[in-house]
Formats: sequence, structure tokens, C-alpha cells
Amino acid sequence: MAVDKAVSVQETDFDVGAEIAQLSAGRREVGAVASFVGLVRDVNDGSGVHAMTLEHYPGMTERALADIVDQARARWSLLGVRVIHRYGRLEPADRIVFVGVASSHRGDAFAACEFIMDYLKTRAPFWKREETPEGARWVDARETDDSAAARWSGGGESWEDIEQRR
Amino acid sequence: MTTKVKVLYFAGLREALGQSGEELELPTGVATVGALRAHLAGRGEGWQALAAGRKVRAALNQRMVGAEAAVAAGDEVAFFPPVTGG
Repeated sequence: MAVDKAVSVQETDFDVGAEIAQLSAGRREVGAVASFVGLVRDVNDGSGVHAMTLEHYPGMTERALADIVDQARARWSLLGVRVIHRYGRLEPADRIVFVGVASSHRGDAFAACEFIMDYLKTRAPFWKREETPEGARWVDARETDDSAAARWSGGGESWEDIEQRR
Repeated sequence: MTTKVKVLYFAGLREALGQSGEELELPTGVATVGALRAHLAGRGEGWQALAAGRKVRAALNQRMVGAEAAVAAGDEVAFFPPVTGG
């Protein structure tokens, strides 16, 4: 499977303005661009966070993100999609993730942007390890992320179903 | 033709197991991802992180799968905690 060129997994930072501009560059049919930027917070679960390291599963990560983009394209009428996710060591206020979606109208752009983030949160193989004053710790997955992703699906098996069957 | 499977471990699971992966002969009677996990957990000391009840996710050939997914020689299987990207 060709890895979607809309997807980048990289250590380096990205230019939000340039990415947003690129989504409509030379495309007069684009009427809406929605974007999301995820940042490192300096506090999580009651502890200060002075840095975090993002680990990922090279190969699968790109494939999982491309699959999510394909699903968004199948559900909404999209004219452009861009997903960038960083890995490695990041500090508070650093950018982690960018999702940008171009479409004719805002409804599709907003919905697809949120869908991609919700799916990415539960399906892309990234793991965060935080450095706090109490030491380093792996971030636990949140149930709210599962429920956020589940609201887009019309049925299908969730990870809760699979866990409960064990 | 290989008779082995490649098994990868990530994040907290990699740390708990003390290794990032291994190649092993697919044990007799192990035909699914869930059975492979149970086999590995059954190694005893140091492998409890894969035990039933622990939150572990799996991928087969780089796609997320459930425990029932069929495993064959030559496959790449990964075990990891629930993902926390974004």
C-alpha cells in the first residue's frame, strides 16, 4: 500500500501557517479550511510536566494515519487533507500534531478534522512518556478518547468489546 | 519459508518485558493473536505484563486487530498499551 502523501510522521516542527495555506493554494473550489493543532501542556493529571517523549511504531504509524485519512475522505466531501504527527522529546508549548482539512463548505471540514483527531487518538500507535517532578511515567489512555472515537461509528467492535471477551 | 513470527513490544510493555522484540517459532496450537499473547504470558516471571486483564492492544502486520486474528509463520505481531498520541 502506498503511504498517503497527506501524512507525515517526523521529529521536526512544522509551520502551521504554511500548512494551512498549502491546503487551498491554487484551489479556487475550496471554501473552507479547518485545522487543529495539539500542543504539549505543562500540567497533566495534577503533575507538572517539563517534557515528554513520544514513541511510535515506525511503519504502522504512517499506515494507520493514512487509513484514517482514507476513512475521512470516504465519509465527507474533502478537497485536501494534511496530518503531521511528531515523535521524540518535546517540551511544553511545543506542537505535537497538526490536522488540516479543506472542503467546499465548513460542515465537512469541521467534522472531518474532528473525526481524524478522534480516530488518531485511539488508533495511531503513539505513546507518551512524561517527565514530572515525581519522575517519568507513561501516560494512561483516557476512556473519554474511546468514547469520542466511538460516537463516529455506526456499530463495529470497540476495544471494550474485545477486552470484555477475554 | 520461515516458520517464525516476529513479535514486537512497545512503550510501557517494552519496558516491563525488558525487550523490544524477538523472533520465535510459532508454538504448536497457537493460531491467533490472543493465543500467542497467552503463550507469552505463560512464560512466567517477568511476563505478567501480558497476562489476561492487563490492558494490552495488538497489531498484526501493522494493523490493529482483536485477539481472534489468525497468526501464521512470517507474520509480524506487536503488543502494546492503549495508544496515547495526539
